[in-house]
Amino acid sequence: MKRLILLLLIVASLPGFGMAKEAQPASDDPVLEERVMNLSRELRCLVCQNETLADSRADLAEDLRNQIREQMKAGKSDKEIVAYLTQRYGKFILYNPPVDPTTYLLWFGPFVLLLAGLFLLFRFVKQRRELITDQPLSMDERQRAENLLKTDQGKTA
Amino acid sequence: MSKLFLIPLVLFAVLIVFLAIGLGHDPHKLPSALIGKPAPQFALTELREPGKIISPDQMRGKVWLLNVWASWCVACREEHPFLMEIAKSRAVPIYGLTWKDQREDSLAVLSELGDPYVLNMADFDGRVAIDYGITGAPETYLIDKNGIIRYKEPGQLTPEIMEKTILPMVRELNR
Repeated sequence: MKRLILLLLIVASLPGFGMAKEAQPASDDPVLEERVMNLSRELRCLVCQNETLADSRADLAEDLRNQIREQMKAGKSDKEIVAYLTQRYGKFILYNPPVDPTTYLLWFGPFVLLLAGLFLLFRFVKQRRELITDQPLSMDERQRAENLLKTDQGKTA
Repeated sequence: MSKLFLIPLVLFAVLIVFLAIGLGHDPHKLPSALIGKPAPQFALTELREPGKIISPDQMRGKVWLLNVWASWCVACREEHPFLMEIAKSRAVPIYGLTWKDQREDSLAVLSELGDPYVLNMADFDGRVAIDYGITGAPETYLIDKNGIIRYKEPGQLTPEIMEKTILPMVRELNR
């Protein structure tokens, strides 16, 4: 029994076992496949939206990869293929969001927040500084303080 | 007393608003990039008559719905009775695009649940679907007399969408 468990553990730890693999290439031209996969990594799978086309095993992703492969075989450039896909699926298919008015908030929002935070911090610190400005003691207060200090010295001595 | 302590509260409220909007938002319902553009061309065989080739040019002069469906699609099955209603009302003709399906399976659905479609284009390898930017089924396009895509519903048609959005557009486009 122990041996069996051990065997199972060994099998399970073999590389590749149970791991999610990238979709299998569908043609035997490694250069072309490399190109297809490279481009697919920059495109979003529209079914499982947080995956790239390269990682996805959804049916539609496979169709899209086939489409990309065919267009590459037909001699189209990566740019042309991306244009073809964005015309049909919109910019959402680009896994790296482009900088344009619809994504300004995404790209620049964090910096705006950072600036707002710095501004608030600056104001806060300035206010504090004003609160702790020197306020010289009045004659009375000075007298009391001296008295207190004297008595204190007397006690500890 | 400074009101700085309100800042986290306000930020939290903003976060809640964003989350609430997110809850009601289905990320799979993508807006179509093809609105206002000509419906992509195709030449597909008819589902019942494989010898017959259909292209969108044959629908010129009509305002029509292109409904993407498949026998394997559960939501399409749910949508089906409503499509039957639309067909019965004759408000707008529905043309089907059977997507990545088998001929026998599609036909079986139609004989079981009824056939709301004027014609069915068989897109069994899903090429035309890519041209139309389809991400799932069902999806429905509203196409005008000149073959321009006017609207896309990325999901099931409902009586509400039909009444509030599609039918008013159909009336407008038929004028």
